[in-house]
Amino acid sequence: MPQFMLILSEKPGDFASMAPEQIQKIIEKYGAWGMKMAQEGRMVGGHKLTEHGGKKIARAGSALAVTDGPYAEAKEVVGGIYILKAKDYNEAVELAKTCPHMEYGRIDVREIDFMGEPEPA
Amino acid sequence: MNKPVSGLVEHLFRREAGRMLSSLGRQLGSRHLDLAEECVQDAMVQALKTWPYQGQPENPAAWLARTAHNFAIDRLRRQETYARIQSELASRVQFSAEPADVEAGIDDQLAMMFACCHPKLTPDARIALTLKAVCGFGTDEIARAFLADETAIAQRIVRAKRFLRDTDVPIVVPPIAEQAERLDSVLHVLYLLFNEGYAAHSGQDLVRHDLCEEALRLGRLLAHSPSTCQPRVHALVALMFFHASRLPARVDGAGDLLRLIDQDREQWDQRLVHAGLRHLDLAAEGDELTAYHLEAGIAAIHAQATSDDATDWERILWLFDRLGELSPTPIVKLNRAVALMRVRGPEDALAELATLDAKLANYYLLHSVRGDFLRRAGRLAEATQAYRMAMSCPCCEPEKRFLKKRLDELRIGNSDR
Repeated sequence: MPQFMLILSEKPGDFASMAPEQIQKIIEKYGAWGMKMAQEGRMVGGHKLTEHGGKKIARAGSALAVTDGPYAEAKEVVGGIYILKAKDYNEAVELAKTCPHMEYGRIDVREIDFMGEPEPA
Repeated sequence: MNKPVSGLVEHLFRREAGRMLSSLGRQLGSRHLDLAEECVQDAMVQALKTWPYQGQPENPAAWLARTAHNFAIDRLRRQETYARIQSELASRVQFSAEPADVEAGIDDQLAMMFACCHPKLTPDARIALTLKAVCGFGTDEIARAFLADETAIAQRIVRAKRFLRDTDVPIVVPPIAEQAERLDSVLHVLYLLFNEGYAAHSGQDLVRHDLCEEALRLGRLLAHSPSTCQPRVHALVALMFFHASRLPARVDGAGDLLRLIDQDREQWDQRLVHAGLRHLDLAAEGDELTAYHLEAGIAAIHAQATSDDATDWERILWLFDRLGELSPTPIVKLNRAVALMRVRGPEDALAELATLDAKLANYYLLHSVRGDFLRRAGRLAEATQAYRMAMSCPCCEPEKRFLKKRLDELRIGNSDR
């Protein structure tokens, strides 16, 4: 089955005053969703990315230039990714819509390109 | 990948926040309470950011504690204070997150409780700070529980913390010899906390139920710790257990409050009643007799009576007489009047109520109780008038509905005659 990368971005939030109970409630929402994806055999994995803006490496003439970015100044950062199995883009989008992240930010969906031997139909 | 978050223990984060803050606070001292608080918050936010992607760690509580601990070390290193306390650091910041250290965790929370309930703080400040630092409540939750403004609560907490910091209040359980006043101050907070949660309230806000649960939990910590298990602690815990046993029966299907007389006693939680009785036994050791003892004694009689009529009202009246000697407040007298009515009839009890008019003129329950006495005395017109008077006092929606129901009953009673 094709795999899709869900790229979750969000505005860095102010969590200083969020109550422990509220934090737990949000974690539980994501947990319930992740659990459902896992039980349906769709969840391949997930990764949290750190919030240190990242580095950009590009060729500048003969040398490689390393700069901060792409998120050093951005209002929105990529917080993390999930990889899910879905039969096509439509299904992947429908799954992404059910993710609790939609309450807090944006999700981009990209299909991971086919590699290796074709799966038997 | 760890296993996905699959149902955390209820209130885990709240409880752990209190536990972690108590532990870090105790190790770093009240002057560094803010730092401890930031580290605890950072640890929970770190969980919020990573668990949804990476799953829940094997032992969530230990993960949180370790993370807060690491944040604390990081922050201290960056501060100049680090230089001063570096040598002690290794021994000071030792986190107790493993099951074997449960006892250390309890001591931490008791110590923090005594600090938060310092007698120099007002009762309001003590309650807010205890909820925040020991119970892990958010400012918004405390505000909701007390139907208060969030900014006001936040300020109250800031001021209370400043007091602890500026006076460098030690975060320790005072030795038994010096404990009396400090312990009373702690118990008073638990008593108020429980009452606030137990009092009539509008809506289904579970936060208020949580207040009862927290007061009982902290009371039990005190009751089970050798350094604080005084008879009056057991008395208060018994009292809270008896009241808690009735929680399931206190509201009807429509969410309205039910009087003791109207409650389905089958719904009283007998396990809690028995727990209450066990603590009442322990409270009887020694010759100390506090208001908590008497209130618990009264609650115990109700808890064990099979019906309102089968209640030992004479014994209750006797206990109220003793309670009145210890704390001669109008509220105690009002409650005593109810027992008096059951023992000696409504006319005597009405005479007793008349002495409270000046002090409780604006309290709906005085007029409501009078309405009940008058109805029992057959003085229905006056009863109606008393309930109308009660309606005009400040009271919440469930209380208003309760009064309206009494008025309706009187109307039906009148038309039958």
